[in-house]
Amino acid sequence: MEAYISLFVKAVFIENLALSFFLGMCTFLAVSKKISTAMGLGIAVMVVQTLTVPANNFIYQTLLKEDALSWIGITGVDLSFLSLLSCIGMIAAIVQILEMILDKFFPALYQALGIFLPLITVNCAILAGSLFMIERDYNFSESVVYGIGSGFGWALAITVMAGVREKLKYSDIPAALQGLGITFITAGLMSLGFMAFSGIQL
Amino acid sequence: MDKETKKVLFEPLIDNNPITLQVLGVCSALAVTSQMSTSLIMALALTSVTACSSAAISAVRKHTPGSIRIIVQMIIIASLVIVVDQILKAFAFEVSKKLSVFVGLIITNCIVMGRAEAYAMKNPPLQSFVDGIGNGMGYSLILILVALFRETLGSGKLLGFEVLPLLKDGGWYVPNGLMLLPPSAFFIIGLIIWAVRTWKPKQVERNEFKILSIAHGEGGHH
Repeated sequence: MEAYISLFVKAVFIENLALSFFLGMCTFLAVSKKISTAMGLGIAVMVVQTLTVPANNFIYQTLLKEDALSWIGITGVDLSFLSLLSCIGMIAAIVQILEMILDKFFPALYQALGIFLPLITVNCAILAGSLFMIERDYNFSESVVYGIGSGFGWALAITVMAGVREKLKYSDIPAALQGLGITFITAGLMSLGFMAFSGIQL
Repeated sequence: MDKETKKVLFEPLIDNNPITLQVLGVCSALAVTSQMSTSLIMALALTSVTACSSAAISAVRKHTPGSIRIIVQMIIIASLVIVVDQILKAFAFEVSKKLSVFVGLIITNCIVMGRAEAYAMKNPPLQSFVDGIGNGMGYSLILILVALFRETLGSGKLLGFEVLPLLKDGGWYVPNGLMLLPPSAFFIIGLIIWAVRTWKPKQVERNEFKILSIAHGEGGHH
């Protein structure tokens, strides 16, 4: 149990996908102008991440890993080079299915999250979550925890960023730094704050 | 080289740079730039994937139904990235270990997808190939610039050669550890954007609102 809690904390703070691995930066910079939209996207990312990381883990462990096919009697086959293709296919499929389910059963939620869902397929934080899971060889339950934690960390980062940017409206920024430039520097300062967690050993 | 090709090839370098103006492909630009060698390999990998995928997507653009185009693009891009990944593992294993997941992430790198959507779906293969090279070069330019600052100031070396003699080896330079950490990449790209936009004022983003300037004696109460 303790191991899972520390994995969660590590995924949220110490190895925050947005601020210490710079993943999902394009959407992070583009959609962080308002807190409400940022939060919507954050929640969508969290949901998708929670579903895709375990799903990809299941496929990797039972089909692609070296000698993983031994349960149907095939040994010595290593299909791990296919993991990129299977991961991205899985993510695209899950996003598509999620969109259909939300549209059918939870129209209100679909209205709120709908515009963000297609964006998520190409959000590198999602793909990276699955790739990190493969690289670190997590088992299934670890992958569930990692999926929730990393999604939550990303959502946290983008919401905080949107909060800062709403306040930035009131400041007088040099013309050439306006917009993207100052956003980068703000993200840098936030990332500096998150570096404070990096000394923690769990 | 005719005028049009030249424009497609060189415009993305400064005037329409993928990173500083189009805000595409930022993730890997920040993550791999703590060393020059990884940045160069990454730049090369991304440029070749963008160029080849643009050409391939453009070649099948008239046969792709609109509703499944994203999946078609994804599969073309993913296959190319697997090829690049395998080549790197075979010939540059050390660097590919350092790049870890970032080679795989070229799939979701917005430059590749963005150029496929914005350019390759509307233009013939050869032009799309050139556009891919151009945008890849624009990306490489920023990557190399950032890596230049980060590796020189962070470890006093460039591509493994000593540039600034370190204090601990009897030199005079005390390495700035912050340069090797993630935040410095944000700062350097922010400053590059500032510099580029001061040079090219056309790229400056206008605010949707205006800050009132309170001048003396302009109807205010003193």
